[in-house]
Amino acid sequence: MFHFKQLTDWIDAMLHTYLSEGWALFVEFVIVGVAMLTVYAVLALLLIWAERKVCAFFQCRLGPTRVGPFGMFQSVADMIKILLKEIIILNHVDHRLFRLAGFLVIIASLCTFGAIPFDKGLHAIDFNIGVFYLLAVSSLGVVGILLAGWSSNSKYTMIGAMRSGAQLISYELSCGLSLMTIVILSGTMQLSQIVEMQSTGWFIFKGGIPALIAFVVYLIAGHAETNRGPFDLPESESELTAGYHTEYSGIQFGFFYLAEYLNMFIIAAIASTMFLGGWMPLHVSGWDGFNQVMDSIPPVIWFFGKTFCCVFLALWVRWSFPRLRIDQLLKLEWKILMPISFLNIVLMAIWVLLLN
Amino acid sequence: MITAENLQSLLPFSTVERKDSVLTLTVPAENLQEAATSLKNNGLDYLRDIVGIDYGESLGIILSLTPTKEPKTIVMLKTSASNRENPRLASVEDLWLSAKLYEREVHDFFGIVFEGNTDMRRLFLRQDWKGFPLRKDYDANPKLNPVPTENENLEDLENLPKISVNAEESFEKQHFVFEKEEYVVNFGPQHPATHGVLHLRVSLEGETIKKIDPNFGYIHRGIEKISEIYTYPQILHLTDRLDYLSGTINRHAVCLAVEHGLELEVPERANYIRTIIDELTRIASHLLGWGCMCMDMGAITAFVYGMRDREKIMDIFEETCGGRLMANHSTIGGVMSDIHPNFQRKIREFIPYMRKMLKEHHLLFTNNPIARGRMKGVGYLSGEDAISLGATGPVGRASGWSNDTRKIEPYAAYSKVDFREVLREGGMTFDRYIIRLDEIEESLKIIEQLVDNIPEGNYAAKTKAIIKLPEGEYFQRVENARGEFCVFIDSRGEKYPYRIHFRSPSMTLVNVLKHITPGTKIADLIMLGGSLDYVIPCIDR
Repeated sequence: MFHFKQLTDWIDAMLHTYLSEGWALFVEFVIVGVAMLTVYAVLALLLIWAERKVCAFFQCRLGPTRVGPFGMFQSVADMIKILLKEIIILNHVDHRLFRLAGFLVIIASLCTFGAIPFDKGLHAIDFNIGVFYLLAVSSLGVVGILLAGWSSNSKYTMIGAMRSGAQLISYELSCGLSLMTIVILSGTMQLSQIVEMQSTGWFIFKGGIPALIAFVVYLIAGHAETNRGPFDLPESESELTAGYHTEYSGIQFGFFYLAEYLNMFIIAAIASTMFLGGWMPLHVSGWDGFNQVMDSIPPVIWFFGKTFCCVFLALWVRWSFPRLRIDQLLKLEWKILMPISFLNIVLMAIWVLLLN
Repeated sequence: MITAENLQSLLPFSTVERKDSVLTLTVPAENLQEAATSLKNNGLDYLRDIVGIDYGESLGIILSLTPTKEPKTIVMLKTSASNRENPRLASVEDLWLSAKLYEREVHDFFGIVFEGNTDMRRLFLRQDWKGFPLRKDYDANPKLNPVPTENENLEDLENLPKISVNAEESFEKQHFVFEKEEYVVNFGPQHPATHGVLHLRVSLEGETIKKIDPNFGYIHRGIEKISEIYTYPQILHLTDRLDYLSGTINRHAVCLAVEHGLELEVPERANYIRTIIDELTRIASHLLGWGCMCMDMGAITAFVYGMRDREKIMDIFEETCGGRLMANHSTIGGVMSDIHPNFQRKIREFIPYMRKMLKEHHLLFTNNPIARGRMKGVGYLSGEDAISLGATGPVGRASGWSNDTRKIEPYAAYSKVDFREVLREGGMTFDRYIIRLDEIEESLKIIEQLVDNIPEGNYAAKTKAIIKLPEGEYFQRVENARGEFCVFIDSRGEKYPYRIHFRSPSMTLVNVLKHITPGTKIADLIMLGGSLDYVIPCIDR
């Protein structure tokens, strides 16, 4: 059975035989960095294309059809266009913060991206406090959004940024709490171990009702974290034209755009890692034949399959629901999701006690 | 009952004339306030419009009034200011909520100063515009009002001249629309949610709206002025450009007014075709209004669904009328061309399709918990306010005001069909939302009754090559998709009108927006705009 760990271990051994310790590490860093950026960019393009196709499907349209088969290279063409576009720097903005904001957003999402276990051994960093790290790093993005809104020196962006701040910080709580429920169940914060522990059954099945509740809460809160409809208040185009990134152009806007799509992927990836077994195939204890068939599917496919199912769910919700109003948005979090999450943690603790 | 005798005894200083259902009262300028007050107290609670008119030696205004209890009756209260240099009339701002805006329009075009009106800024033109365009002696030399080539701030709009009734000198700049420390955000003129080139200045406190100030005129084309040098068949083409979403209905109104003046008998076939086309237009307009409102609330898919269904109607129009948005179909004496062979078949196919899709729309959006939560309890407009603001059409009917012109004064083939005027009592955003979908259902019913019974015969009556309307005043009202659309023509027996005025239902709707938004959130402002469904070219006519 092929695992990426074999490949990465082989590369590691190779480099160490030819290079000294320091150089080997350096080369590895470069390889990891390049690989991550490439996957990041390719995934973003894929997601943009997928969103356009899925959205078109929901809206009785065709979506992109001209560039390549099924319009697959449309987003590549769009990327080239956005790279060539002029970056308009306005006079009245705070230049340093204005330029910094886009990078902060994209760095936050890249850092999160690095911690996701795509396969056994296929992740850039594997902390023993992986979940904690994920939560910490992903919430850095809000700083970028706030800075973008503030430094643009425009009323629309300012309102967008304030909304975004209120929204992200609120939903961070439910997000964190629902992940904590799984941490209670697994007893570890290391993502690779969490996946390993699901070899006998995904946590959503193992954890019973509390895990199911946590999964639903996480999907809602996570969806809100990505600033996408029905939670797209920070950039609600019918009210604030484009919200916090109204004044951005060219690739600077592209940063926000990329980060938005990747955040959607990251949220889905975390959901599949924590609840749906990550790259672990579906196993049913006792059905050995079935388990073998499932094992023959490569883990990377399992991971992306589960993740894209979650992404599809997010797209589905986005294209069928109207937007919430700011007071309804906060009410949903503080009066509904958070109490449920707290209760759910207690439930999960009881569940774990009963199980042992 | 409002009768000529009653009015004469009520207002002894006036002269009363009767023509069909229209009672014309002429009062001296100094008695205007008194006359208006006693008319208001005697049940004439709906001020339809204020029409300004240049009589040559004097500048006149006509207040068009209707008692909501007897909607058939129309009372035209006429007066004129004899001083052309400094024309002054008393304001009726405190009697009807809609009066303020109408008076501003008359002030803008005729220069009449309404004493007692607290907001005498110009409505459509720039504040520094020289001359009053609808006066007959207006100098249209472009050198007088050059196109500004420099960037300007909005300072001149901040000043709100206040005119006190007793002061000798006019234009005391006394107070501002907004205070200096208020957080004012510009919505528009270029903004995705204002449905056209409308400029709203919104004073915010956090997310909550304190006050809004609409600012019109960005796409004003002077259609009423242009019409004074156009013949009647030419004017028809401009009406499609007023409220472009109910273009055929507006056109129908002008045709009816001219036909009424010429005493022209329109063939029954043309009446049926006109009615069907009008109702199709109404469905198309409501579908677009529904879609836009949903999009304003963030549901883009609903918008695409609305457009998809509207497309079917556009296809029907294309075959029969040749145009899609500007159908250009009604003409004086009938319709431009006979119906296309596919017309009836396509409509018969469309009716069950639309009924099925309406169910889908309810499923997708009406019953969505987020949509319900957004619309519930927001933007209350009471029935009294709706009447006082002159909010006709679906908006007024959602507040329980029965104002459907198709029922009050049936024109074309409306007297031959059986349909229900949809009324709701709530006056909330949800009522205004659902009433449009219910009206689509009623329109389908009307079309269903007519489409199989289109009588044989001519599709248009013969008219003279040059149409001259006999001297007199003509008034015609129709129900367009947004409310009561009226045409007022003053003819001097020429082939051009001396003065033509269109009542825009959309203008009052923006006034409603101003009235119901304070205290709501930014997101609500956009949604309320969608629920009122105003069309800007109809305001900036």
